[in-house]
Amino acid sequence: MFVPGHTTENGVHIRDAMDLKRTMFTVVIALIPTLLFGMWNVGYQHYLAYGMEVGFWENFVFGFVRVMPIVVVSYAVGLGVEFAFAVAKGHQVNEGYLVTGMLIPLTLPVTVPLWMVALAAVFCVILGKEIFGGTGMNFMNPALLARAFLFFAFPAYMTGDIWTDLSPEPGHALVDAWSGATNLVAFDTNYTNMSSVSNMFWGFEQGSIGETSVFAILIGAFILIATGVGSWKIMTACCIGLLGMGLFLNLVAPADIPTHAMHTPAYYHLLLGSFAFGAVYMATDPVSAAHTETGKWIYGILIGAFTVVLRVFNPAYPEGVMLSILLMNVFAPLIDHMVVERHIKTRLRRA
Amino acid sequence: MAKPITLHKGYDIKLVGEAEFTTSDLPVSEVVAIKPPDFPGLVPKLMVGEGDEILAGQPLFFDKNNPQIKFVSSVSGEVAEVVRGSKRRIMEVRLIPDRGERRYVQHEPADPLILSRENIINRLLEGGCWNYIRQRPFSLIANPEDTPKSIFVSCFDTAPLAPDLGYIVDFEKENFQTGLAVLNQLSVGNLHIGVRGKASGKDLTESDFKQVPHEHIHPVQGPHPAGNVGIQIHHLDPIKKGDIVWYVHPQDVIIIGRLFREGRYRADRVVALTGSSVKAPQYFRAVTGQTLASILNTRTKADTARIIQGNVLTGTTSSADDFLSHYTNQITVIPEGDEPEFLGWLTPGIKKLSLSRTFFSWLFPKRNYQLDTNMHGEERAFVMTGQYDQVLPMNIMPVVLLKSILARDIERMEQLGIYEVSEEDFALCEFVCTSKIEVQRIISEGLELVRLEG
Repeated sequence: MFVPGHTTENGVHIRDAMDLKRTMFTVVIALIPTLLFGMWNVGYQHYLAYGMEVGFWENFVFGFVRVMPIVVVSYAVGLGVEFAFAVAKGHQVNEGYLVTGMLIPLTLPVTVPLWMVALAAVFCVILGKEIFGGTGMNFMNPALLARAFLFFAFPAYMTGDIWTDLSPEPGHALVDAWSGATNLVAFDTNYTNMSSVSNMFWGFEQGSIGETSVFAILIGAFILIATGVGSWKIMTACCIGLLGMGLFLNLVAPADIPTHAMHTPAYYHLLLGSFAFGAVYMATDPVSAAHTETGKWIYGILIGAFTVVLRVFNPAYPEGVMLSILLMNVFAPLIDHMVVERHIKTRLRRA
Repeated sequence: MAKPITLHKGYDIKLVGEAEFTTSDLPVSEVVAIKPPDFPGLVPKLMVGEGDEILAGQPLFFDKNNPQIKFVSSVSGEVAEVVRGSKRRIMEVRLIPDRGERRYVQHEPADPLILSRENIINRLLEGGCWNYIRQRPFSLIANPEDTPKSIFVSCFDTAPLAPDLGYIVDFEKENFQTGLAVLNQLSVGNLHIGVRGKASGKDLTESDFKQVPHEHIHPVQGPHPAGNVGIQIHHLDPIKKGDIVWYVHPQDVIIIGRLFREGRYRADRVVALTGSSVKAPQYFRAVTGQTLASILNTRTKADTARIIQGNVLTGTTSSADDFLSHYTNQITVIPEGDEPEFLGWLTPGIKKLSLSRTFFSWLFPKRNYQLDTNMHGEERAFVMTGQYDQVLPMNIMPVVLLKSILARDIERMEQLGIYEVSEEDFALCEFVCTSKIEVQRIISEGLELVRLEG
């Protein structure tokens, strides 16, 4: 709670006011728009499924009641494990989980059981981070690793008609036209069946709690870039890679199947699924991303490109952002290594 | 004039407490001390004993590893005491100065332009001025046996509250010119001078350097650390393994000039007393080894203030009982910040200085800050990336270099440019570091490692 009264001892006598607590808190602030919109959208999708017309606050309250327990469990369990490690290893509780604890709920469907959230939090802290030595030592994004764990361990809870809370509404039945398919499923079979670009941008669609509204995510991106906390290079590179691959697939798309996913306009990919969420909040994790400035461009471009490739060519799993980021997390040290080697070569040439 | 160098990376830390252009002469203190720890890598061997009468310019001790480098007294008087630390290491040679006129060891004045390089080296060694010439890499006293590929003098200082070197040089322009002539002979015409790119106020300009070919005067434009000699060396004459570059501070150039013009070792310096805990920041003329108490006197505000010899980025913590160090040109006094701040990481931070824009103080770019010594956090692992790159105007990958030092990988350090860096060049990296890592200490360890084993 306090900025400690520690004073400088060696080296510089004054220090920048910025510390890791404030860094993490800034990211949490940047996540708030997606959380609030996510809460509203949970209610909106629920009442939409039952064909009920309700007001803004009813939507929000419904979502709040459903989402808050997920957030609370994520924080309580994750911080509990962090605390246990801090006691066992004799160090302070680290700030890293401030962000991870919020990211985990936002990447999950609202129908996820709470015990699963708890399991994800434990997995995230132990296998995502502490096993490597704590915050700053992990090589993969812990929140994304937790989501991937749930995705592969409990596929029934992470895919299919699980995106909308369908708690019974007395006196109401699901509307006939309701489908639990997200845009990504529609896009995979016939890209023209997707909901409107406007809905994809504003977020009036089904999906994980925090991923649907590109608009809310852009507010977060603005906060991260304006404060200098999130890397604009990675965000931009992700978009470049995604658009580049999207355009390339448009060029080589089969002309005889006009509704094939390869024909999807490249900019649709920006709005589809959780790309925006991944590019802004997950790919920019400074620990698991590439560390070198040139490396950030390569890392981001490859994330964007792989996302499109996975979406278009992987019928079993039409969303590719999570796997793209995790894959590039693994490759980030190699990218950095190549950048450093090139730097050394140019240094030698200069000499 | 040479092509200007424009640096975009870096940051000017604007603090309250800049010295006014007023210089007061201070009477010499009752005790003066010459301190061997001021000289990195020195293994001192005493040449005097307690009670000995000495003259200004008389050797007190020499370097065991290089006996021709002698360290001389800045005053005349009597050796009062030799203060030793652990393992009988000599910490201070305390002297009681004469109350009257200072008596000097007299050397023959000479025009450096007609002296050979060898003769100049001998005069500098005999006159006690050799230790003002330092070398990169490692920032040690130069070895007179070496031939450097160039000599650098940076004539402007961009560090926080730094003394105005143009103002200081203005007092003794002739001695400064003579000192530059000495260095020009030493460098066999490879003397490089860094001046502020967009000169203003009292900044030195090309017309102030009669002894230096105009193509060797380099305007350097940019924020701190543009004034650091290491940055200028990096951009003008980079150091590879095996290379040696010498450098001298302008104030030391003046002392060297005095030796040749007056034939005396006169170690008076103009010292800037700066910082927000100083009542009226200004300049003082003091002698090397003078007590800080005589400089600080009743001029500081608070009891809980930190006294720093040097600037807030690279200076050393000192006290009123200490003595003016050999290379000190600035004393900074700022408040200690040992009070915990409830939810300090949550406040808008209008009065907090940060390069990040998470504090709203970024809306006031022209504000001068009154900073204390609070860490504003605790040490963490490397998390944020790209922070150091913003403030290090060098073709160096700072974090990669630091990690190679932590891994004690000497070959990697050499590949990444360890020979080109010095602790002071990384001071801003340490200042901005979100993880509060002691960057300068790591660099220092790396330099020590390659010096001993590289």
